[in-house]
Amino acid sequence: MTLSLAETFVQLLYLAASILFVLGLRDLGDAQTARRGVLLAEVGMVAAVAGTLLYGVGVTGVIVRWEWILVALLIGSAVGTGMGLWIPMTKMPERIALSHAFGGLAVGLVGVVEYLEHGGARMSTLQITATGLEVALGALTFTGSLMAFGKLQGFITGRPVTYVGQNASNLAMIAGTLGLIGLLVVQPDAAWAFYAVATLGVLLGVLLVLPIGGADMPVVICLLNSYAGLAASATGFALGNNVLIICGALDGFSGFLLGMMMSKAMNRSFSNVLFGAFGAAPEAKAVTEGAAPAGPAPNVGSVEEAAEVLRAARSVIVVPGYGMAVSQAQHAVRDLANVLQTHGCEVRYAIHPVAGRMPGHMNVLLAEANVPYDHLFDLDVINDDFSATDVALVVGANDVVNPAARSNQSSPIYGMPILSADMAKTCVVLKRSLNAGFAGIENELFVRSNTMMVLGDAKKTLMQFTAALKE
Amino acid sequence: MSLTLIFGLYVFFLAAFTGYQVISKVPHLLHTPLMAFTNAISGISLVGSLLAAGGHYGTASTVLGAVAVLAASINVVGGFLITDRMLRMFKKKGGAR
Repeated sequence: MTLSLAETFVQLLYLAASILFVLGLRDLGDAQTARRGVLLAEVGMVAAVAGTLLYGVGVTGVIVRWEWILVALLIGSAVGTGMGLWIPMTKMPERIALSHAFGGLAVGLVGVVEYLEHGGARMSTLQITATGLEVALGALTFTGSLMAFGKLQGFITGRPVTYVGQNASNLAMIAGTLGLIGLLVVQPDAAWAFYAVATLGVLLGVLLVLPIGGADMPVVICLLNSYAGLAASATGFALGNNVLIICGALDGFSGFLLGMMMSKAMNRSFSNVLFGAFGAAPEAKAVTEGAAPAGPAPNVGSVEEAAEVLRAARSVIVVPGYGMAVSQAQHAVRDLANVLQTHGCEVRYAIHPVAGRMPGHMNVLLAEANVPYDHLFDLDVINDDFSATDVALVVGANDVVNPAARSNQSSPIYGMPILSADMAKTCVVLKRSLNAGFAGIENELFVRSNTMMVLGDAKKTLMQFTAALKE
Repeated sequence: MSLTLIFGLYVFFLAAFTGYQVISKVPHLLHTPLMAFTNAISGISLVGSLLAAGGHYGTASTVLGAVAVLAASINVVGGFLITDRMLRMFKKKGGAR
């Protein structure tokens, strides 16, 4: 098959875009070159979109209703610009969840339009299979991401919602969806089956995210990222468009890879995160109920006492967690670190891979507060240094510093690699209240003799520390 | 099985493999920008949305397609902007960048 000159040109533009996307991703491997990578990908995107428009409107006339496109593009760009420029960094997990929802929606709708257009009857086996998968994954990503967004925002409870037969019914629905896609392959014009696939996708998105707790959000966000990518890839197969297949594959595997890393950092398998909520929740409850009344009381210190400990410290490691994001305390952390450094104290930051609600969440917040990234250290790099450190300052982190992960085999987080904050000479923990953490797991760090709990809003407490140290 | 499918699978798996290699080299530090970035490039589905919205298949298709264009363009524009905004914040000591 020989392509016309215009077709050849557009295909070459797609090829160039694909190469630019891969090069952009490669540049993202280093903070020094990362911005250039974004620029490369932007050039690729403009080339692909402009090529499609010029070719569709001007050459083939495939695109006839360009007014609608123009309006949608303008509104979309305006909304995108607004979201891009003004969403606060603390809301990044929410914005990522929303963008996965948009991605899923776009892909799902394209699938529906393809089906409407062909009525199914004239679609090849490949087209109908790809379209079915595209619509199922797109719909699932759309509602699943909205659920994740709702959980992050607090519209929906962050605790796992479970009921009897949950996993069995979800698996049955997944099997049903695949079965219907199979039916469509045999009978492409069975429109009811097509819309049933879309409906099942919508339902599955809601039901699959329902049982997953807030602390497991990083894995879910990665997984939804992966689904959004795979859905885009399926679109590529349906339309016979390679740049879509490539981008979808890149996005899909990036999400998958990140999700694997997150699961590994929690010492859990993918399937345990996805289907384990039912088993884990009651178990955790039993542990709390048994231990809470009998355990020793936590050592609660005043702001002044804690400030004295910090004043005497020569080395401090800050351990940030989701609480830092909630209380927007990253700037207060940085101010305190500045004062400590002027006193000759060494300040470093220990970042647990699953601290926060998405991969890299803490890094972005600290970067926003102007903390140089060479002061941030991954778990495996810094963990041995805690024992030689005067103060570990835990800012709104809980599970990632829970020593039960090392010692208590009955704990739901047993085996998860944790930051050894308890090994520091003194561990100062900033926490809102003495209530058990998000996952409902008791934290024995809080009752250790070398731990000092300072209760209250982390940001306020940190500002009081800074004021006290400046005196 | 059609040849188109075979070609498509080649493209898919080679891209996935390349992506795996490249992405596993991205440090933890940049994982949030990475997600925003891959989200922006997967907005390439805009290409599909444009064809869907622009076709003369009837009002329903046009409206659904236009919504798809809207959603995809939010991701493309917003995704790139926010990735760059995050990356601008990452500074080494001394801010010599």
